[in-house]
Amino acid sequence: MARICRIHKARYLDSVFLMEVTRRLQAEPGITQGAVVMGTPANLKLLLSLGFPEQDLKEAGPDDLVVAGEGEPQALQKALTKVESWLSGERRGEAQAPKTLIQALALNPKANLAVISLPGRYAGKEARRALERGLNVFLFSSNVPLEEEVALKRLAQEKGLIVMGPDCGTAIIAGVGIGFANAVRRGPVGVVAASGTGAQEFTTLMHKAGLGISHVIGVGSHDLSDAVGGISTLCALAALEADPGTQAITLIAKPPSSTVLGLLRERMNKLSKPVVACFLGLIPPEIARALGGRLALTLDEAVVKTLGVLGAPCPSFLASYEASPARLARTQRPPLAPSQRYVRGLFAGGTFCYQAQLLFHWAGIPFRSNAPLLPQYALPDPWRSEGHALVDLGDEAFTEGRAHPMIDPTLRYERILQEAEDPEVAVLLLDFILGHNASVDPVGELLPALAKAQEKVTQRGGHLAVVASVCGVEGDAQGYGSQVEKLRAVGAHVLPTQAQAAGLALSLTQGRHEQ
Amino acid sequence: MNSENLTGLEKLLREGPQPINLGLRGFGEALRHQGVQVIHVEWSPPPPEVRDLEDLLDKLLL
Repeated sequence: MARICRIHKARYLDSVFLMEVTRRLQAEPGITQGAVVMGTPANLKLLLSLGFPEQDLKEAGPDDLVVAGEGEPQALQKALTKVESWLSGERRGEAQAPKTLIQALALNPKANLAVISLPGRYAGKEARRALERGLNVFLFSSNVPLEEEVALKRLAQEKGLIVMGPDCGTAIIAGVGIGFANAVRRGPVGVVAASGTGAQEFTTLMHKAGLGISHVIGVGSHDLSDAVGGISTLCALAALEADPGTQAITLIAKPPSSTVLGLLRERMNKLSKPVVACFLGLIPPEIARALGGRLALTLDEAVVKTLGVLGAPCPSFLASYEASPARLARTQRPPLAPSQRYVRGLFAGGTFCYQAQLLFHWAGIPFRSNAPLLPQYALPDPWRSEGHALVDLGDEAFTEGRAHPMIDPTLRYERILQEAEDPEVAVLLLDFILGHNASVDPVGELLPALAKAQEKVTQRGGHLAVVASVCGVEGDAQGYGSQVEKLRAVGAHVLPTQAQAAGLALSLTQGRHEQ
Repeated sequence: MNSENLTGLEKLLREGPQPINLGLRGFGEALRHQGVQVIHVEWSPPPPEVRDLEDLLDKLLL
């Protein structure tokens, strides 16, 4: 068995492309381990844990590409030659392509948006360059320092531009999805969102309710903090107010600080268009008082209230959204064994994990989470569930050195099998997110794990209930209907919304956790 | 409203995105699949000496 590490200095390739190259390397005959990654500390740690010698990796830094493989000597040489050709195949496309933002602008001087997903330490500089040249910015990158975010947003504000992000996953501008977005129809609802998956759930539900979306303007998860002061949110509200295609506005975020709430309320009161504010979190009484009927506590409620302000009818799948999971649970009696008591929520969407926690909290059911709503709900070891556990698999603890679970199913696949080993597991609660840039078949990739897990539990004399929601529409490349059918074929309960799925999971185990 | 009076953000909403993509190639490809003309930048990290100069310029500009 041989091990080889090759370092390509100052060679950057994006993580999703490298994930594909890694998959292809690992599938080569005679290869026992392989990774093609940027030399970030997390990736180097991963390579060390796989047994690659420190000596071979010491020259690698975060700007360098590392190709590492282990296998039969001849097979390894052959596979690494193939990796070089895959990588240089990528490079061939670079010959005529611009190397900098400035060169790209020379090719299209009318460009009006920079979409930036570079490593955080470079993203801020490129965003500044874009703003200085009059471009709006969609900033997917995380790890941009807060003070840099504030400076960028102030610069954008001065110039009448916007910074969507950092850490912005979703936008839809004039019908064009940017980042993780779904193929929803255009219509009268404008969205300002600090949560990417929150925006995806809201827009797909609005589409299924028969209405459409004018724009989704992402603002990044820190925008409503005291430090940032809601700069992008306030700019987005003003732009949607001026937009002739927008008739109502929905804001989706965690609850703001009291200072930012004051600014928001002032702006919202001046708007000529109705606004619904969906603040996912524990709402202080001052926010509830300030917003009154404009406040929505779940994404389902945000859709219902937005339909209401537009005078649009509420579809049946949302009309009794609070009561339907409990009603469904009364008719569904899965043959659980006495030891089976708990829900294990394994989420790709961080907002879905958060919303599920809210529903458990409001129901007074104790649970654990790696991204806890309150400190007392913290899961001591994110890698091991206990009691009712709601796990955000997109959390940094899990994504260091690998792609997000919306793209790479490996981690959730393994976790499903792990949960099936626990005799206390009664329900697996899962979210599936469709749309641009998401996995090509999120359900199909997990079906073998679900089948194995169900078989394992059945062999023990129990039954593993699977409760799921699929965030998407028929026009998404993955196809909403076919994804739902695949889940139903393995006996999963598929609910029309994620909040309803969490509600059903809760209802199916109601009372069992006390036994 | 005359388009000359619109802010850059309002123009973006009115005219739709004409994007330049830096980073994940898939983001650019997804835009192209939606019929949007997108320019992908083959970005690479600046050499350390250029980076130092850029840092200095940034400090002067701030």
